[in-house]
Amino acid sequence: MQDRIKYWKGIEELENTPEFAKHAHNEFPEFLPINEAKGESPSSTVTAPRRDFLKLLGFGLAAATLASCEAPVRKAIPYLNKPVDVEPGVANWYASTYFSHGDYNSILVKTREGRPIKIEPNPTSSVTPLGTSPRAQASVLNLYDNNRLRAPFIKGKESDWAKLDREVMSKLSSVNGKVVLVSSTVISPSTKQLIDEFGVKTGNFEHVVYDANSVSALLGANGGVIPGYDFSKANIIVSIGADFLGSWIAPTPFSKQYIQNRKVSADKKDMSRHYQFETILSLTGANADVRVPIKPSQELALVQALSNSLGGGGSAPAGIDSKAFAAAVKDLNANRGKALVVSGSNDPAVQTLVASINRTLGAEGTTIDTAAPYFVKQGNDAQMLRFIDEMNAGSIGAVFFYKANPAYDHPLADKVVSGLKKVGLTVSFAEIMDETASLVEYVAPDNNYLESWNDFEPKKGFLSIAQPAISPIFTTRQMQDSLLTWNGSSDTFYDYIRNNWRKVATGDFNTFWEKSVHDGVLESGATMLRLNPAAATAAAATTSARPAASGIEAVVYEKIQMGPGYDANNPWLQEMGDPITKATWGNYITISRSDAEAGSIVQGDVLRLTTTGGKTIEAPALIQPGQAVGTVGIAMGYGRTLDTMPVAKGLGANAFPVATVANNSVFFNGPVKQLEKTGATSEIAQMQTHHTIMDRLVVQENTLAKYVENPKEVTEYIRLTTHAGKVKPSTISLWDDYEYKNHHWGMVVDLNSCIGCGACTLSCHIENNVPVVGKAEVLNRREMHWMRIDRYYSAREHKEGEYDVMEHPADNPTVIFQPMMCQHCNHAPCETVCPVAATMHSSEGINQMAYNRCVGTRYCANNCPYKVRRFNWFAYANNDKFDYNMNNDLGKMVLNPDVVVRARGVMEKCSFCVQRVQLGKLEAKRENRRPKDGEIVSACAQSCPTDAIIFGDMLDPESRISKVLAREQGERAFHVLEEINTQPNVTYLTKIRNLA
Amino acid sequence: MQHVSPIREPLVTGGKTYHDITEDVCRQVEAKPNMRWAAALAVALVGFAIFCYSVYRTLWFGIGEWGLNKTVGWAWDITNFVWWVGIGHAGTLISAILLLFRQKWRTSINRAAEAMTIFAVICAAMFPVLHMGRPWLAYWVLPLPNTFGSLWVNFNSPLLWDVFAISTYFSVSLVFWYIGLIPDFATIRDRATGPIARRAYAILSFGWTGSAKAWSRYETVSLILAGLATPLVLSVHTIVSMDFATSVIPGWHTTIFPPYFVAGAIFSGFAMVLTLMIITRKVFKLEDYITLEHIESMNKVIILTGSIVGVAYITEFFIAWYSQVEYEQYAFINRATGPYWWAYWSMMTCNVITPQLFWVRAIRRSLVATFIITIFVNIGMWFERFVIIVTSLHRDYLPSSWAMFSPTSIDIGVYVGTIGLFFTLFLLFAKYFPVVNMAEVKAILKSSSERKQPHHHEPHAKAMHGSAKHTITNISHSNE
Repeated sequence: MQDRIKYWKGIEELENTPEFAKHAHNEFPEFLPINEAKGESPSSTVTAPRRDFLKLLGFGLAAATLASCEAPVRKAIPYLNKPVDVEPGVANWYASTYFSHGDYNSILVKTREGRPIKIEPNPTSSVTPLGTSPRAQASVLNLYDNNRLRAPFIKGKESDWAKLDREVMSKLSSVNGKVVLVSSTVISPSTKQLIDEFGVKTGNFEHVVYDANSVSALLGANGGVIPGYDFSKANIIVSIGADFLGSWIAPTPFSKQYIQNRKVSADKKDMSRHYQFETILSLTGANADVRVPIKPSQELALVQALSNSLGGGGSAPAGIDSKAFAAAVKDLNANRGKALVVSGSNDPAVQTLVASINRTLGAEGTTIDTAAPYFVKQGNDAQMLRFIDEMNAGSIGAVFFYKANPAYDHPLADKVVSGLKKVGLTVSFAEIMDETASLVEYVAPDNNYLESWNDFEPKKGFLSIAQPAISPIFTTRQMQDSLLTWNGSSDTFYDYIRNNWRKVATGDFNTFWEKSVHDGVLESGATMLRLNPAAATAAAATTSARPAASGIEAVVYEKIQMGPGYDANNPWLQEMGDPITKATWGNYITISRSDAEAGSIVQGDVLRLTTTGGKTIEAPALIQPGQAVGTVGIAMGYGRTLDTMPVAKGLGANAFPVATVANNSVFFNGPVKQLEKTGATSEIAQMQTHHTIMDRLVVQENTLAKYVENPKEVTEYIRLTTHAGKVKPSTISLWDDYEYKNHHWGMVVDLNSCIGCGACTLSCHIENNVPVVGKAEVLNRREMHWMRIDRYYSAREHKEGEYDVMEHPADNPTVIFQPMMCQHCNHAPCETVCPVAATMHSSEGINQMAYNRCVGTRYCANNCPYKVRRFNWFAYANNDKFDYNMNNDLGKMVLNPDVVVRARGVMEKCSFCVQRVQLGKLEAKRENRRPKDGEIVSACAQSCPTDAIIFGDMLDPESRISKVLAREQGERAFHVLEEINTQPNVTYLTKIRNLA
Repeated sequence: MQHVSPIREPLVTGGKTYHDITEDVCRQVEAKPNMRWAAALAVALVGFAIFCYSVYRTLWFGIGEWGLNKTVGWAWDITNFVWWVGIGHAGTLISAILLLFRQKWRTSINRAAEAMTIFAVICAAMFPVLHMGRPWLAYWVLPLPNTFGSLWVNFNSPLLWDVFAISTYFSVSLVFWYIGLIPDFATIRDRATGPIARRAYAILSFGWTGSAKAWSRYETVSLILAGLATPLVLSVHTIVSMDFATSVIPGWHTTIFPPYFVAGAIFSGFAMVLTLMIITRKVFKLEDYITLEHIESMNKVIILTGSIVGVAYITEFFIAWYSQVEYEQYAFINRATGPYWWAYWSMMTCNVITPQLFWVRAIRRSLVATFIITIFVNIGMWFERFVIIVTSLHRDYLPSSWAMFSPTSIDIGVYVGTIGLFFTLFLLFAKYFPVVNMAEVKAILKSSSERKQPHHHEPHAKAMHGSAKHTITNISHSNE
């Protein structure tokens, strides 16, 4: 080493100054105090840096590794200037109104960071204070429909408003023929007035109103309005084919009224009796005390017999259960002034008779509020049919379609299509490219109702307002603003409504207006709506206009979730089970068991139905208990073929061609020329495939007579036999009980109030970001609903233990509904079996799921006796296989930010809306008080139109739930599967039937 | 030390010598792979490929690739798991319990049976991991210290007990099997001619010298492991059965399950051992070591366990009736007459009726009949688990949730795939590892072999009696 050539580090080394010599052994003489701490030991100068180096190397490696696994960066853009009324994380509520094709709901819109995410009922309204319809619940997703029109279209090409306005106005000024605005029922007084003004401006104008599911005959028989039915005042209700709880006129208010007189308690031991004569098994029929299947062709005879019998004399027409008929007549006679007869028929003769029966019964002024008729349906079949003829005759110069899609939903859709070609100017205001919009020259897309101002008068003297909860997402324009523009006005529709409402204002207008907008409703009795003049002139006849029928008769009916099909592209509604058939994603031909056996048809066989008019439709058969023999039923709203409605495309068949047109009326039934099997099969995605209760004590019912006699005997309580005699199962337990110190959340479900509509299931779906899985996965029995409504039919006559017989529903079964969600068991079978403790009990009685901890063994789901747990079989968000709202940025805006979107492979279930519980507790804490009863409500309870679900704190003796439980203990309160001692926090109340 | 009745049939036939044993067993290890073996391996590899593809689909897309649904949360996955675990019972039973009971006939079959156990448990262990929704978090079921605060596993959960039971069983079985292999690896090492083989078997034999001390330790460890493994034979399936027995589902919630499952496991394990042995002895010409006596003995165990299982099936029905619990009653009536009646009656036929044929001595001693019946038993035991799992779940308490289960191609692929995996492992084992425990067979040669006159090849090592630990002699180095 010594003879090596020496290179100096610098002149200092050469000179070897004392300064240099002092630091020579340091590699970095001045800058790095590496060995300050342990400098005294010479060896440490060597080892310590190496260790440090290794530490740093290790840290660096780990850091680099960690950095490389970091989740992708997601942008969260803060407000540069915070809007005054938007607090991140705090919801804003706006009162508004949902109205679509008869379905009216006064609502509150929940918005988070400017996005509407949930619809809840507006308790200020007296028409619909209690709940919402499923379609109103789901309507918030229509706002974020990726298939909504984003700009105006001219001849199928995207355009801009200036060009569209220019062209429409120039064509209007030189129009050759009548100008027609075709709409479904408009109950907006201001819109109505604006349409009239538009008509005055264009001259030679007609406003044609039609309803896809028309009640034209009812209007004709009652002077152009729907009688102000009040089911709450009726002790006896006789419905002839009117599905007033599901689809007829205004189901949400009717449900509320109906159930008012159905609730029983120790203080009120009486309830209405409900007779239903109908063809298909409707939701209303399922709730009836006495249900008689009839054919549509028997309706007139039945009503005539009823009319005659009320005058004394007259008997049940042939083929109709005479015992039930006699009982109905007897009850009606005994309850004059407290009885109501309704009919869903669109035969003017039937409706005229029904109106006269109601007069005979003294219903007017009692069960029919003559001062407050309903306006929610005003369509006039004759007017629409005349318009279609005029269009084909070439006498229409311009036509505007507003919330109307006759190229799809009119029985004469093909004539609408052909007629449209002869019209010079065709404009549609559709929000989505529907069948009619795709045929017109100009599409001036309307705003979603959540982006619009509007006003409504669903019932005479009951006004309500819709206010926008979000600015228009796309370059759409409210239809009324389009009309104002084309009228040459520079006002916005907001100004227009405001001015219009001055008519009904009291006191200072600004204060009045602010309050009206805030409340969403004005129920001062003031009325603004000018009725459609044509509605009043609808035919009122005494002879039947319905063509005579022989052979099989088909009925076209409306489903509660689908309506006439305007919401068909909404995946939430498609995935919602039909309340009766529990089928999703498509329609089918319902057929009675005996007819199916006669034709050797099994469920899922595709049937080809040929009408006497020569039209054919093909749909799979569904064997429907309760279906009148000799009839088939098919739901409207399906069978869409447009690519612009990808969710609805290819599901089921279009039923409108089956409706018959005769004598200026549309009949939603008709004779079938031929019903045959095509040989193909198509599976129906039902969420429940076993339909009877198998004599099990999981859902309980009893009769009113028994209840009146002794309310303590209507419910069967299971007792276990021990050496000390029979004891309550909960007294024998392996486990210690939980101690609840603060709250103990619980739920009561009154089976007597539940009508089975399914609004709760949808509300839960929306509140909790439950994924939509699509038809194939529902067929695989993997729907994700946290809450379901079990529907059981009574079984055929059988002896005890005859399992093979009791598997089959009776031909005309009684039906019972049981909402089923996590029972939040105090001794939960799921909690003990999870290997990683991902599901456990909260200190407030809630059975919790820690999604992050779940590894997905599904043991909990297997061990759940109620089968309420749902597993994420796939990733349902951001997955092209599940191309619904969770797979696009727009659709994701509807997600509730308070609830996590679950990952693939984890279990989920009802959480008792724990996010709402926490919010309620936090708000109370902030105000330094206890949460008030009723402040914390689960989504299902909030959206129930019949108040069948009570949620609350069972530790608070003053809470409603505690009082109900105290009252019903030992009478109607029971736990499902009490004998396995799960000790649920959900209690059911026995259903009571008022049998005749 | 032991008195062996002269009437007793010899356990090793053909007048084998110690050298013959070495030659016969090492022949397939040292020879070039034969065509039949290669063809079999090719088929097994196809099965393994199916396994890989099905597992890829399951892991990449999710458990939704299987036919499970909201009502039936377990089906083929856990059926296969229990089936494979059951099959994995025979090896340890033969090695451990029979060792403790000094059953000398076990010596020629224990190696293959233990190997089968290991491979079956490997196949079984796939399912608890694969059936998880998030298998990448499978380690969360282990009570590992973590940074999540007081987050810990749930010791109430039978699934957690499963984790412990299966992992313990696998570890003990593996060690037991491997310890047994060491002297034989040493024999092969010493005979090996190629450098790779010599090196590989040297590593595998852990430097076995064959000294008296080594044999002493070998025997001690074997005995200790046998002692440890014996309760495991009973505990594994007891705990597996508790997955079901501790639940609330009718058809699962049954106290009879632990003994019934253990008997069923031994039943299916013996059937699988027989299935494999009958082929192996034929292919590898080991008829003198795995004799009809062995087969008959094992068939007797099959009659016994099959009858226990049959009695258990009947007891379940009796208890369902006797309890008067309607859900329980329905669960069993539904098994026999419901939509899955065919699975139930397949199970009854295969598990209860066919094994009873073994009461006939001719059938018991017929290779063809035994082979067919053991296949039946394998099928029947698979159906037993399917019946228990699927028919109990598909119709439990609330009729609204009743549903059917049907497997997807991926379900089938994973199952068939594990069979492929199993045979791949087994064939590799059969080729490269000694399939018969040479050392132990040699130990019983003197006492239990068929004498052939004249002895042209007098053994020059002292015989061992059974596995008695005090008669240790170095024989492995004197074979050549």
